[in-house]
Amino acid sequence: MAETTASPITMVDAPDGLEGQGFFATSLEKVIGLARSYSLWPLPFATSCCGIEFMATMGSHYDISRFGSERPSFSPRQADLLMVMGTIAKKMAPIVKQVYEQMAEPRWVLSMGACACSGGIFDSYSVLQGIDRIIPVDVYVPGCPPRPEQVLDGLMQVQELARNESLRRRNSPEYQALLASYNIK
Amino acid sequence: MTNDHILSTLRARFGEATFTDVEEQFGLLSVTIEREQLIEVMHFLKEGELGFTFLTTMCGINYPNNLNRELGMIYHLHNLPTNTRLRVKTFFPVLDPVVPTLTPLWATANWMEREAYDFFGITFPGHPNLIRILNVEDMDYFPMRRQYPLEDQTREDKTDSFFGR
Repeated sequence: MAETTASPITMVDAPDGLEGQGFFATSLEKVIGLARSYSLWPLPFATSCCGIEFMATMGSHYDISRFGSERPSFSPRQADLLMVMGTIAKKMAPIVKQVYEQMAEPRWVLSMGACACSGGIFDSYSVLQGIDRIIPVDVYVPGCPPRPEQVLDGLMQVQELARNESLRRRNSPEYQALLASYNIK
Repeated sequence: MTNDHILSTLRARFGEATFTDVEEQFGLLSVTIEREQLIEVMHFLKEGELGFTFLTTMCGINYPNNLNRELGMIYHLHNLPTNTRLRVKTFFPVLDPVVPTLTPLWATANWMEREAYDFFGITFPGHPNLIRILNVEDMDYFPMRRQYPLEDQTREDKTDSFFGR
């Protein structure tokens, strides 16, 4: 048999740091960012057709678990990433906000699809014109609905945010002001 | 059971003048009555010989240009044994949007009258629980009335210049 040199498992590169014999020194922030970014537990808040596309993203073909998100958390208490997928009616808006408020810090929000991002084609008295009117959004994934590849790309954008986020960001006055502007806590 | 039979039975019972705007579209008989006679007529249609025991649906409607008949309620009845349908309409002024409730006759009228209240602001005295059913509870207008625009008015990205208006 031919000898294979390439490992089937790709390991994450270590963050920048000082390496010597028997030790490796880096900042705690980078290690935690690395760990967080590869273990994001998403909470799928799926209301319509974008939710179907997310099911394909979760399935074996596109396989969101390759990015460390194999555990969709249907409880907001354990979730890191709120994925809002689909049309949010104005009557649903307080529920989305409550789910967001129940999540523990650090928390990220991915808005998937035209409806969640801007109301989409439903420019109507009954539909919320974008979830960023009630909760802060980190990543917008456009499309109607977006392909699973786009959702995965959005997830990788969230990973990028999680990896590079300062540990003190959630205590910063800017972040507190952001939450206050949404009347959260 | 023919539409002529239904109409003649109704006219024999309530008189010629009670039923106006009689029309037949796609074989579906449609009559218009005044709201004062609604309960009486509906009671006869359900309990009487015509046997329209099933209230298929009802809805509100708004014709803002029909003076003093701006708002309306439309009822669809069904006789299940003979598979006959009948449509009953009633119109009234928008300033006096009151229609007697059909909940004592059909329990199914409960939610449908709440819907008509929710979207058109039509009130039904005697309804057991006349509150909004689909829209947010704190909505302060009746969105399906034609005087209100359909679009969400808080959107800033949809200016007329994008649409050549």
